[in-house]
Amino acid sequence: MKMYFLKRLLSLIPVLFIVSIVIFMIIHLTPGDPASLVLGEEATEEQIQAMRADMGLDLPILTQYFHWIGNALQGDLGTSYFMRQPVTEAIVSHLAPTISVAIIAGTISLLISIPIGILAATRRGTNTDRTVMGISLIGMSVPSFLLGLFLILLFGVKLRWLPVAGYQPITDGFFGHIKYLILPSIALGSMHAALIARMTRSSLLEVLNMNYIKTARSKGVHEYLIITRHTLRNAFLPILTVIGQTFGSLIAGAVVTETIFNIPGIGQLIINSVERRDYAVIQGVVLFVTCTYVLINLIVDLLYGVIDPRVRLNKK
Amino acid sequence: MHVAQEQDKLLKDEFILAKKRLKRHQKKLLFRRLIRNRGILFGGIIMVLLTLLAVFGPIFVPYDPYEMVVTDRLMAPGAQHFLGTDNFGRDLLTRMAYGARVSLSVGLSVSLLACFFGMLIGLLASYFKALDNVLMRICDGLMAIPGVLLAIALVAALGPKMENVILALTIVFVPNVARVVRSAAIVIREETYIEAIRAQGAKTWRIIVLHIAPNTVAPLIVQASFIFADAIITEAALSFLGAGIPAPDPSWGNILHDGKVFIFNAWWMTVFPGILIVLSVFGLNLLGDGIRDYIDPHTSK
Repeated sequence: MKMYFLKRLLSLIPVLFIVSIVIFMIIHLTPGDPASLVLGEEATEEQIQAMRADMGLDLPILTQYFHWIGNALQGDLGTSYFMRQPVTEAIVSHLAPTISVAIIAGTISLLISIPIGILAATRRGTNTDRTVMGISLIGMSVPSFLLGLFLILLFGVKLRWLPVAGYQPITDGFFGHIKYLILPSIALGSMHAALIARMTRSSLLEVLNMNYIKTARSKGVHEYLIITRHTLRNAFLPILTVIGQTFGSLIAGAVVTETIFNIPGIGQLIINSVERRDYAVIQGVVLFVTCTYVLINLIVDLLYGVIDPRVRLNKK
Repeated sequence: MHVAQEQDKLLKDEFILAKKRLKRHQKKLLFRRLIRNRGILFGGIIMVLLTLLAVFGPIFVPYDPYEMVVTDRLMAPGAQHFLGTDNFGRDLLTRMAYGARVSLSVGLSVSLLACFFGMLIGLLASYFKALDNVLMRICDGLMAIPGVLLAIALVAALGPKMENVILALTIVFVPNVARVVRSAAIVIREETYIEAIRAQGAKTWRIIVLHIAPNTVAPLIVQASFIFADAIITEAALSFLGAGIPAPDPSWGNILHDGKVFIFNAWWMTVFPGILIVLSVFGLNLLGDGIRDYIDPHTSK
């Protein structure tokens, strides 16, 4: 188990190295001089030179990279020239809403998708099955930002049940918090719910075809026990993979979804920074979200080993 | 002697005829399977209709997509403007038809470019073991960055222009294609017939282009249709967030962006372009699933 853990951890190093280079290069892709773009057309030559020095652009490119990555490893992602605030601080102050949306969306999608997937698998070929699969196919074709807009139209504009935009921190009351975040979470979670439901169904069906299930049935084991004890446990690994992948992308998806609902999370932070050409913030947010995403995937991978002994034995 | 030759010729003719008949029969079978494949049929119909809208729509619509008529702003769908107007009094149907051109051509270009470069990288990685590690680690790194975020950052750096949106999305999707092509090509590379060709002294590029590449096309086509769909979604998301196609040009995402502010007064600005996006993504997903089943019947139940 320790070896497996270590191996997975080491395999992250080249990935994160490439990630850091790509994100570092973003500012250097800008046609022209980033410093003069930041300052606008009115800036004098001296101001531009000062800005270049400020952004570290006057140093050789390798030195710039090592400066940047060295600081990043210590948790310093630079300073936002627009907000006059360290990027790390800005990210931390925008983090709570994004995590909240991702967690609520993940919870909702899990609570809906797994029971529905089991239902469809146990009633394979019936109308229930066909309905569930049909809806999930449509669910996968509606991008979350679009579903968000449709939900706003239906529940916010037409029915007026829920607020169309805004945010209330959890410290001001749990229900108020949920009330603002329920629509964005549904919008974000639906595609994941559809994916997980389909995965649950197909994974269960595969196990249900195995001989030992037939044996259990012929021994007269109750269908409920067959599903819960014999099938789910063995069918869970592929389901967990999808859950892991989607949970990582929930964080990234939250970035888009929260912008629609005017939630002050890191999504709004990066979109505003794009308009302001605040490169340090853009790089910082992308690096931060990517690391979170990679970390979540690592945790899921390690969970395999815990759930399924075959994985940790094989990979030794 | 003469008779024998005649007979020989007759036999030969019959053989060719039989072969032709068999081919025709096979073609018929393939065609029947194509029609019976509901994914390809419905997905294909949806995509043909949307393509027609993009190609011929702008010719038939009666308005100019850029002309602002202040007195007509935010008009509901009706006789004068079939799908209503936007906040500048521009006809929505017109803008959606022109938007179809932008959105579909971004999707198609990204899909083609990503397939071309992805195939190149995938083939190189599969054939040259020294390159494999480097190229695949780069792909891993690019794939670790969430696609939308990478696209936002790239467009922010390059500047909001249609070409740059296409470039950014291509960078986002190339690693996916490279992985698919590589895993298909690695299996082929180990086949005996490749060894045989190599033993005959074929040039490396010839082995890769003529003998390995054609075998990776099937999974590549499936991947292409999914990337087409993903590119449409991502472009719409970028333009909606104001980080994609720049403002006066119509794209489905741009219309949604304008509509967001007026969501209380003008539902049509959100609903109609939204439906087009869902329809195209749905159609492409159907098509992709259908092609996958068609090429490899094992995957369908």
